[in-house]
Amino acid sequence: MTEVVINAADYAAAAAEIFVLGAICAILLVDLFLDDAKRWISFALTLIALVGAAFVTVNFAVDERVTAFNGAFIADPMGDVLKLFAYGTVGAALLYARESLQQRGLFKGEYFVLALLALLGMMVMTSAGSLLTVYLGVELLALSLYSLVAIERDAEVPAESAMKYFVLGAIASGMMLYGFSIVYGLTGTLQLDDLAIAVREVGPDKLGLLFGLVFIVAGLAFKFGAVPFHMWVPDVYHGAATPVTLFIGSAPKIAYFVLAIRVLAEGLGAMVESWQGILIVLSVLSMAIGNVVAIAQSNLKRMLAYSTISNVGFILLGILAGTTDGYRAAMYYTFVYVIMAIGSFAMILLLSRKGFEADKLDDFRGLNRKSPWFAAVMAMLMFSTAGVPPFVGFWAKLAVLGAVVEVGLEWLAVVAVVFSVIGAYYYLRVVKLMYFDEPTEEVEIQAGGTMRALLSLNGLAVLLLGIFPSVLIELCARVLP
Amino acid sequence: MIPLEHVLLLAGVLFALSVAGIFLNRKNVILLLMCIELMLLSVNFNFIAFARHLGDLNGQIFVFFIMTVAAAESAIGLAILVVLFRRRKSINVEQLDLMKG
Repeated sequence: MTEVVINAADYAAAAAEIFVLGAICAILLVDLFLDDAKRWISFALTLIALVGAAFVTVNFAVDERVTAFNGAFIADPMGDVLKLFAYGTVGAALLYARESLQQRGLFKGEYFVLALLALLGMMVMTSAGSLLTVYLGVELLALSLYSLVAIERDAEVPAESAMKYFVLGAIASGMMLYGFSIVYGLTGTLQLDDLAIAVREVGPDKLGLLFGLVFIVAGLAFKFGAVPFHMWVPDVYHGAATPVTLFIGSAPKIAYFVLAIRVLAEGLGAMVESWQGILIVLSVLSMAIGNVVAIAQSNLKRMLAYSTISNVGFILLGILAGTTDGYRAAMYYTFVYVIMAIGSFAMILLLSRKGFEADKLDDFRGLNRKSPWFAAVMAMLMFSTAGVPPFVGFWAKLAVLGAVVEVGLEWLAVVAVVFSVIGAYYYLRVVKLMYFDEPTEEVEIQAGGTMRALLSLNGLAVLLLGIFPSVLIELCARVLP
Repeated sequence: MIPLEHVLLLAGVLFALSVAGIFLNRKNVILLLMCIELMLLSVNFNFIAFARHLGDLNGQIFVFFIMTVAAAESAIGLAILVVLFRRRKSINVEQLDLMKG
């Protein structure tokens, strides 16, 4: 048994996580002493904590991969960039959610703390160096999300959503864990670096390892919401309060992407041929079912849930290529998808007001009459998600398709294009409703200035990143060498 | 000493039982929570058996973490169950069908 030594370099590698954890404890304490009129203080502290975390991450940024805590923790440029992006997403999700939370009586310290705990879970997953850290990060994120869905205690539907999410999420964690235990038993190590070597020694086509791999991929697919493990996605997106849906639909995707990279690409990289086959099936099914079932939806949140499923299929396309180009494309797609998804859910919040939720497709009828600018923002978001140039969604789709063609899976690229054409129908239907239909009611948009400004920025980001795609692509290429 | 295969078989059977329990059970949400607990414990069996077999402590340490997380998970699951029961006055799995589409 070697002696365990933890030194200052280890703490430096995990500085951002330690900072966020400290901030969470501080906000929990401060919030106790505030009455409802002063709740904005804990909200402000939460945003300051996010900015502070960004500062710490930039300050302690690493140029190359550093392992800490005896290999349990990894700090690398990819992790730093993903963490910075996660701070931004969580911050935007909180700013978007503020008014709606106040109207629902949910503007409480618990909400902010749970959001930060979820962020901490994502950060731990991003920096996970061993299967143990992976598991702890996954659970920290998942447990915070279950509580966030259930936070609207007096309503009936969110409680049901939370229960479904909890049970299915727990099965997913259980399966992933069972897979981890088998991989551990056959290779004798939990650390991802050692695992990569040990898998080669044991032989990547050993039956036991394949058995474990199937469980790990199934758990991962559950978390991602890929078909046939997607049942929870529509119910949770639909049932949760819209600010919570916005949160669940955006930031966690970054963490699940990095989970796939750490476990499949780094830990089980030698078994690429085996997991590539499984991921192809998951990806094709996700794109097919997601895009086709979305057409039948009349609720926008449910439609966006199926849209998520189909987009997960595209992210998996990049990962299953199994090449650095593929991982870069998947990372780029994840970034782009998160920007588009957060904007689309924010549109629902923009049109909602106290006691009324604009989550039906009909609520978008004639939006152009009421507000030409926000109709244009929604149109840009929808065109981008459908993959129409010059918006950024087009470049993201192009990148993953390019990665798939490069490894000789042309048929898969053709399938993906066909399904994204089918998918374009329901995105463009929203545009048609906004521009060519009569409004069902004449109520002005009541959202405040922050919301309007942030959503305008979000819409412009989709356009500008589409016109100058190289900014994000080069970033992905730099951090994933 | 009990051979490794026997312990693995036991863990596998327990795991299969818990998954079957979750999908077959149509009556009671508390049974679901019990099945989830059983699932995590069967994984613990696996880890301990392998750790013993390999003479490696990491697996046993993992078990402690799983037990801690399982406790947190049950706490949250039961809390959600209480919220659900207060609104519904029922914990029947078949009645969890408010959303369609």
